[in-house]
Amino acid sequence: MPQQIRSITGTGVPLLLDDIDTDRIIPARFLRCVTFDGLGEHSFEDDRQQDPGHPFNKPEFREGSVLVAGRNFGCGSSREHAPQALMRWGIKAIVAESFAEIFFGNCGALGIPCVRASRADLEKLASAVAADPTLPVTVDLDVLQVIAGPLTCSIEMPDGPRKSLMTGNWDFLGQLLEGADAVKTTTGKLPYMSGFKA
Amino acid sequence: MSDRRSLFEKVWDLHSVRQLPSGQTQLFIGLHLIHEVTSPQAFAILRDRGLKVSYPERTVATVDHIVPTDVQLRPFADGLAEEMMSAIERNCRDFGVRLFDLKDERQGVVHIVGPEQGLTQPGMTIACGDSHTSTHGAFGAIAFGIGTSQVADVLATQTLAMSRPKVRRIEVNGQLRAGVFAKDVILHIIRKLGVQGGVGYAYEYAGEVFDRMSMEERMTVCNMSIEGGARCGYINPDQTTVDYLKGRPFAPQGAEFDKAAAWWLSLASSPDATFDDRVSYDAADIEPTVTWGINPAQSVGVSEHLPHVADFPNDEQKGIGEAFQYMGLEEGAELKGLKINVAFIGSCTNGRISDLREAAAIVRGRKVAPGIKALVVPGSQLVRKQAMAEGLDKVFEEAGFEWRGAGCSMCLAMNPDKLKGREICASSSNRNFKGRQGSPTGRTLLMSPAMVAAAALKGEVADVRELL
Repeated sequence: MPQQIRSITGTGVPLLLDDIDTDRIIPARFLRCVTFDGLGEHSFEDDRQQDPGHPFNKPEFREGSVLVAGRNFGCGSSREHAPQALMRWGIKAIVAESFAEIFFGNCGALGIPCVRASRADLEKLASAVAADPTLPVTVDLDVLQVIAGPLTCSIEMPDGPRKSLMTGNWDFLGQLLEGADAVKTTTGKLPYMSGFKA
Repeated sequence: MSDRRSLFEKVWDLHSVRQLPSGQTQLFIGLHLIHEVTSPQAFAILRDRGLKVSYPERTVATVDHIVPTDVQLRPFADGLAEEMMSAIERNCRDFGVRLFDLKDERQGVVHIVGPEQGLTQPGMTIACGDSHTSTHGAFGAIAFGIGTSQVADVLATQTLAMSRPKVRRIEVNGQLRAGVFAKDVILHIIRKLGVQGGVGYAYEYAGEVFDRMSMEERMTVCNMSIEGGARCGYINPDQTTVDYLKGRPFAPQGAEFDKAAAWWLSLASSPDATFDDRVSYDAADIEPTVTWGINPAQSVGVSEHLPHVADFPNDEQKGIGEAFQYMGLEEGAELKGLKINVAFIGSCTNGRISDLREAAAIVRGRKVAPGIKALVVPGSQLVRKQAMAEGLDKVFEEAGFEWRGAGCSMCLAMNPDKLKGREICASSSNRNFKGRQGSPTGRTLLMSPAMVAAAALKGEVADVRELL
């Protein structure tokens, strides 16, 4: 069983932009691979090339593990390569205004908590992290708060995915395999599995 | 008692296996489509855990993303692409999964192949490791994209852990004007609701405009649901759906087909179904629509001027400013007349035979403007064959387009078809993200295939209505 994830503590990386798509997180040319190894170093490759000031270019944020992002983070392609790249870069939790659904689900399967905070709190959090890259940031799923030095913000996460992380039940494959008998009951009711006889 | 549920609720309920400890639903998946990019790591998970594919007859594979559309000889010039191709061949062989490979005329873009073969049917749950799986919702299926860990889940169990979304009904009534296509309808909807408006929702498209659409047009609409944030979008099955499926290789045959058709039609949302949200638009308000920015909601009607940053709410201005800067466009300028470098017709959004016919009708007897690279990439080998039987390849080639083999091509730049430098591409694909078409600084303008054809002929963004 995977580990229980109740809280993540690390330093932050401020990236308070909206609609960051998965093509930007990991450009498609790096998807020409049969394993996820080696993706980490290409996180935000093109954005970093074009913007020397990108937080992923700054040595002071290189050790950061809590990403602070904007609205609709991870939109676009379903590529799990995106959270895989971020995870291999060192990101362990993401605090954002909102997440695209497929990206959110992919993170859940990798044990990366994605939590929502208000825009006002995200701006405070991003400023605090930018001002002090060594500031410890804790994402606490139990009390649903992000604590960064003197700053405390309330966060949200849907109950199901939150519970699966906190109880160490985020290996869905194991749970789904346990339902094999119940699956047979379901397939027995599906017209297209029984020659449309029903 | 009448069934007052929406199609979404009926199909979801039918496929719900049980509730998981987290409260999520274990959902049975009726059809699993796989391709070479998001499946190798999933098969590796199965090998690691000593698992087999639980329902191999319910998974179908094809190759599309990395396939070169010019020279398709093996081994591919790109060693990484060759490695991925070999991996899917080996995985399908080892795990007993049906593969439509390059030697099989059924090969093509996964979201074109499924419907074309009759694999995609109403009332199914359909998953694929590709966000444009929403395409299959055109048949009244619940179809959505998944990540690679979930591809492994489906391979090993034919189920997924899912949270049930809300349902928003989007009605478009009235009559579309000449020169306005399915692509314009969905770009208009995304412009109105935003790229994250659909997060947490499935979209039900309904109303006169969708009722009148062909299945191919419906697929174009549902395909881009994800660009509006909705993981799935669907249209209720009707006689158009039934007629499309009749005689397709994997559709039910004979007396079984009639029973299937009756069941399919019974799945449509009840007239008294309740929805979590409803919006409606007037078809007459929709113009040929073109994106100008770096997400699919950043669009205007072709006769409109570009917006001003100040028109947007404060918290959106930074992103809008970034879009103007990346695209090198001026606020308030006209988009019509903007010079292009490349014109691309193809993709899972608009690579079907009707798309090629619409573009060919504009191109026939005319010439691509000097200096423009223009290519037509059929979505499948069978689309290509049909187009050639109709002489469309000649229409395009005589005009100066390149006529290619089937694949994803320049939609996503995982194969040799890519923009160079800051080139601007008029594209019938689905994403105008930064760098999407293969050059980190390349620029994409999304539009209908007919509008791409018009842009290719004029060498600039043009109004197709002037060429009808």
